[in-house]
Amino acid sequence: MAAELRQPHETTESIRSIASDYKYGFSDTEDYVFKSGRGLTEEIVRRISEMKNEPEWMLKFRLRALDVFRKKPMPTWGNCKLLGDIDFDNIFYYIKPSERGEKNWDEVPEGIKQTFDRLGIPEAERKFLAGVTAQYESEVVYHSIREDLEKQGVIFLDMDSGLREHGDIVREHFATVIPAADNKFSALNSAVWSGGSFIWVPPGVRVEIPLQAYFRINAENMGQFERTLIIAEPGSYVHYIEGCTAPTYSTDSLHSAVVELIAKKGAHIRYTTIQNWSKNVYNLVTKRAVAHEDAKVEWIDGNLGSKLTMKYPAIYLVGQRAHGEVLSVALSGSEQHQDAGAKIIHAAPNTTSTIVSKSITKDGGRASYRGLIKVYPGAKNSKSSVRCDALLLDEASRSDTYPTMVVDEKEVTIEHEATVSKVGEEQLFYLMSRGLTEAEAKAMIVNGFFEPFTKELPLEYAVELNRLIQLEMEGSVG
Amino acid sequence: MAARDSKQESLLKIEDLWVSVEGKDILKGVNLAINKGEVHAIMGRNGSGKSTLSYTLMGHPRYRINRGSIIFKGEEIGDLPPNDRAKMGLALAFQYPVAIPGVSVSNFLRASVKSVRGQEIPVKEFRQELKAQMALLEVKDEFLSRYINDGFSGGEKKRLEILQMTMLKPALAVLDETDSGLDIDALKVVSTGINTLATKETAVLLITHYQRILNYVKPDFVHVFQSGQIVKTGGSELSEELEERGYDWVTQELTPSGVA
Ligand SMILES: Nc1ncnc2c1ncn2[C@@H]1O[C@H](COP(=O)(O)OP(=O)(O)O)[C@@H](O)[C@H]1O
Ligand SMILES: [Mg+2]
Repeated sequence: MAAELRQPHETTESIRSIASDYKYGFSDTEDYVFKSGRGLTEEIVRRISEMKNEPEWMLKFRLRALDVFRKKPMPTWGNCKLLGDIDFDNIFYYIKPSERGEKNWDEVPEGIKQTFDRLGIPEAERKFLAGVTAQYESEVVYHSIREDLEKQGVIFLDMDSGLREHGDIVREHFATVIPAADNKFSALNSAVWSGGSFIWVPPGVRVEIPLQAYFRINAENMGQFERTLIIAEPGSYVHYIEGCTAPTYSTDSLHSAVVELIAKKGAHIRYTTIQNWSKNVYNLVTKRAVAHEDAKVEWIDGNLGSKLTMKYPAIYLVGQRAHGEVLSVALSGSEQHQDAGAKIIHAAPNTTSTIVSKSITKDGGRASYRGLIKVYPGAKNSKSSVRCDALLLDEASRSDTYPTMVVDEKEVTIEHEATVSKVGEEQLFYLMSRGLTEAEAKAMIVNGFFEPFTKELPLEYAVELNRLIQLEMEGSVG
Repeated sequence: MAARDSKQESLLKIEDLWVSVEGKDILKGVNLAINKGEVHAIMGRNGSGKSTLSYTLMGHPRYRINRGSIIFKGEEIGDLPPNDRAKMGLALAFQYPVAIPGVSVSNFLRASVKSVRGQEIPVKEFRQELKAQMALLEVKDEFLSRYINDGFSGGEKKRLEILQMTMLKPALAVLDETDSGLDIDALKVVSTGINTLATKETAVLLITHYQRILNYVKPDFVHVFQSGQIVKTGGSELSEELEERGYDWVTQELTPSGVA
C-alpha cells in the first residue's frame, strides 16, 4: 500500500533521509483502506459523505460549500506568493485509517502507539488525559471518555460521531459561527471536513480536567480538514487543548481547520493550541467564537512550525459584559511565515477584550501580527487592550504589525502598544558568562519571552514547548 | 599578605593587554598577576577602563584585544567564548546586570551551576546549598521565583550577583563595582558574602571606585587604575592613602607617566 504513495523520483529517498534528522519528522508506514485520488471533485465530496453515512443536510451543505470554494478568489492579503504556490489539484482530500474509532488503549494500532512513543509523551500524561481524541490521518482512531465526564453529561466525541449520535445539537449549531462562505479555506473545509472534536457541556457543568486531542498529519500531499465545534451551555466551563507535532515530508501539505466555539450566557471556554507542523505545511485555520452575555472566551494559541500559518482567532462579543482574550505566540524560522493575530468584535455594551501577541523570528523568518478591533455603535463602555511584542534574533528576520481598528462608538477605551526588540548582546553575554552555551542562552531568553504564554499551559505542555524551543535554538547555531 | 611562591604559576597573568571598543583604545598595556586565593583590589576613577578590563577578562564579543595576552590556569583564553571561561573557573559579577524577563532566578541558577560544574546536582542538595547562601546574603525566598534582575533594586541586583558567585565557586571572581549604590547595611551584607567567597580556592579581583568597601574586605594587593593602565601597586595601605590624598595624588606623582 505504502509503495503506491511514494514518488517515483529518486530524490524522495534522500529527502526522507534529510527529513529524518528532524527530531519530530518521522513517519510511519501508511496503512489505509480508502484514499481519495488527488484533487477535488464533486464525486469525492459525495463519496466522503456517503462513507460517513451522513444525513442529507450535511451532504447538501458540503456540496454548496464546494461551489463556494470554487468561486471564491484566494485572499488578497497575507503572504500571497506562498498562497499562490498551493496546488489544490495535487492534494488528497480524504484518507480513512484502517481502524474505526476505538475506546480502549489496547486496541490502538501499534504504529500509532509508536508515534506517541517517539513524541515522548510520557505514560503518566497519557493516563492524565481525560479523553483522548488522537487524530491520526484524517479520522479519529482513538477516543475515550472518562467515566465522570459521562456522568456529568459532557459529550466529547470526534466530529463524525458527534454528527451521527447528536445530529440535532450539531445541526442547530454547525456553521452558525463560521459559515461556509466566510472565506475560501472555510469553504474548502466545509466541503471536505473530516474528524475534529465535538464537545457539548451541559448547563452549569464545570469540566475540571482539560480535554485534549492530538493531531497528526501522516500522508504525503494529504490535506487535513478537521472541524471542531464546542458548545458551552449557560454557566458551564471547559478547557480544550490541541497539540500537534507533524512529520516532515518532501512536498507541501495543506492543513485547513475550522473551529467554532459557542459560549452561552455566563459560560467560559478556554481553547489552547500548540502547533508544530513540519516546515512544509500550510496551516490556514479559521477559528471563531461567539460569547454571549457574561460569557468568557480565551484563545491561547502557539504556532511554532509550518511554512505558512494564517490564523486570526476571533471572538464576537455579542452579549453584555462578555469578555474575550487572545494570547498568541509565534516562532518563525528560515523560510517560514507566521501570519497570526486576532479579531475582536465588540457588539454589546460593557464588553472587554485583551490581545497579547508575541512573536520571535530568526534565520530570516517572518512574523506578522494582523489584528482587528471592531466596536459597533451602542457597544458603550467597551474596553480593549492590544499588546504586540516582537523579538528578532537576527538582522535577516522580519516582523510587521497590521493593526486595524474600526470604532463606531464614542464611549470606549482602546489601548494599543507594540514593541520590537532584539536579543540583546548584553543578555547573551550575561548568560554565557554563567556557563551557558550560545544556543542555551538564546533558548533561555526566548523561553523567557514566551513565559506569559507558557505559564498558561498545563505543565507537560510547558515542558514540551521549552524543549522544542531548545531544539530550535540548537538548530540555529553552528 | 599572601606569600608569593616564585615558582608557582599565576592563576591569572595579564601581560601588556591592549583593548579597543568600537575602534577606540581603552586598555593601554595592562599588566597584572593574581595567584590562587589572593584578594586584589583595583581602584580607579569612572571612565578609567575598569569595566573594560572585567568585560575583556570574561570575553565580551565587542571588546577587541589588539595586543598582549590573558593567561588563565596556564592557558591563553583571549579567544575563548565566555561560557568556556566560566567552565574554567572564571566569573564576573557585573556592574550593571541585565534583566532577562520571563526567566526565573531559580531556573537560571540551576542551569548555570549545572553548566559550570559540568554535572547535574540533585535538586535537594542544590536547594540546601542555595538556601544557606541566601541566608548569608539575607535574600528572601521569593527572590527565586522572580525574573532575573527584572524590576530589581540596585541592591537586589548586587546581592544576586554575589549569590551567583558563591554558588559557582569560581577560581577567580571578578567583582565589578559590587559596592556601588549600596547603603551601609547592604554593603555590610555584601561584604560578608565576598569574605565567604574569598577562600583558598577562590581568588577575588575587587574593582571599585571607593575605598569604603575596603573597610570590610581586606585585599592582599591594591592597584590604582588610570587611563587604561595599572599605574601603581601596593598593599592595603595604598587604599587608605588614596582615600586621604585622592586620585590626583597618584596622577601628579606619575606625571609624566611612563607608558610600557
Ligand atoms: N561599549 C562601549 N562602547 C563605546 N565606548 C565604551 C564602551 N565601553 C566603554 N567605553 C568607553 O571606555 C572608557 C572606559 O569605560 P569603562 O571601562 O566602563 O570605565 P570604568 O568602568 O572605569 O568606569 C569610557 O570612556 C567609556 O566611554
Ligand atoms: Mg565600570
